[in-house]
Order: sequence, then C-alpha cells, then structure tokens
Amino acid sequence: MLGFMNNFSWWPWGATQTQGDQKMSDNPAFDSIQSELDANDVVLFMKGTPVFPQCGFSSMVVQVLGHVGVKFKGIDVLADDAVRNGIKEFSNWPTIPQLYVKGEFIGGCDIIREMYEAGELQETLKAKGVETEAA
Amino acid sequence: MAMDATEIEQLIKQGIADAQVTIEDLRGDGDHYSALVVSAAFEGKSRVQQHQMVYQALEGRMGGQLHALALQTAVPGAES
Repeated sequence: MLGFMNNFSWWPWGATQTQGDQKMSDNPAFDSIQSELDANDVVLFMKGTPVFPQCGFSSMVVQVLGHVGVKFKGIDVLADDAVRNGIKEFSNWPTIPQLYVKGEFIGGCDIIREMYEAGELQETLKAKGVETEAA
Repeated sequence: MAMDATEIEQLIKQGIADAQVTIEDLRGDGDHYSALVVSAAFEGKSRVQQHQMVYQALEGRMGGQLHALALQTAVPGAES
C-alpha cells in the first residue's frame, strides 16, 4: 500500500507531463507532503501562517476557510524550500496557496474564491465528510 | 520580470487553439493581470485541469516571470 502511495505515475496528468525531465517520485519532499495529507483532512500550503499570512493570495484563502468554518492545517512553504518547490511539482500547479481536502488537490486561490462564491466549496467539504461550522 | 498582455494572450492561444482570451491589466503595472479564457477544449474537464492547461500553455512562466494572473476559465456559452 505504501509503495503504491509513493508512486505518482498513476496521476492522470503524469503521462502528459512534458515540462522538465525529473522523475516525479524522486522528489524527497513528496514523502513529507504526502504524510501531511494523510494526517490532516484539510491542508493549506501557504506563504506564512494562518495567523500571519505573508501574501495576499494566501490570506484570502485563510479568510475563506474561516468563513466556511472549517479546521485546517496551514503549512508555511516559506519555512521549507524543499516543500515550497516540491508542492508545485507534486500538484502540477505553479503557485501558492494550494488547498487539499482528504488528499485531493482542490485548487489555488482563484478556484477557491470561485467555488466559495458559488457555494461549491461548502458542498465539496460536505460531500467529503469534513465538518464545518458556518460562522 | 513583467510580461506584456499581448504575449500572455499569444502564448495561451498557441497552447489552446480555439481559446478566446480576455486580459485585463489590473494595476496598469504590467505585473498583475486577470485572464478569462474560454475554450471548447475545457469541456468535461475539472477547474483544476482547465487551469493546468492554461498554465501549461504559459510554459512555466506562471509563478515566475508572470507574478500574478487571476485566472478564470469557461467553456463557450458558460461564461459568467
């Protein structure tokens, strides 16, 4: 099972990945990223901390999660260069913040805002069995 | 570090043939843009996949040379 979890070649975009020639599973940061996702239902990779975001985009997603009333683990990518670069490759997503729910990449700040405004973020959390307390 | 709006539009259109691209320079500083990309190629794809297609068209510039691009994607007829 662990071997399977550590092998990312099954990702749907793995086959079409053309940028760079790194082997995706060789990145040492992937193990620590995956263990955070395994241990926490809602994980936000962000610049700064939930209390002191260091970037407007990260701050916006923290606020949205606050409005939705969901508990999340914030991971400060500024504190760890390996995670900062690793998460971009892990998600095939070039920017921070990045939100994961139950191990699934949900989106960056544009998608999160769009989903929140449409009520879809709340629905997604509910569908995945994550508790929220509407503020 | 900044990028020209025309260059962003050209790159997206090179990557996604039928894309209609509307770009706005949010601060007039050539560094903070918003883009609405409408393409039939997005049909049946998740938002994440749609954005990944645009980022792929931008060939690695997003997050580097292109600092801030607020992105919205849609299939034709579904633009909000």
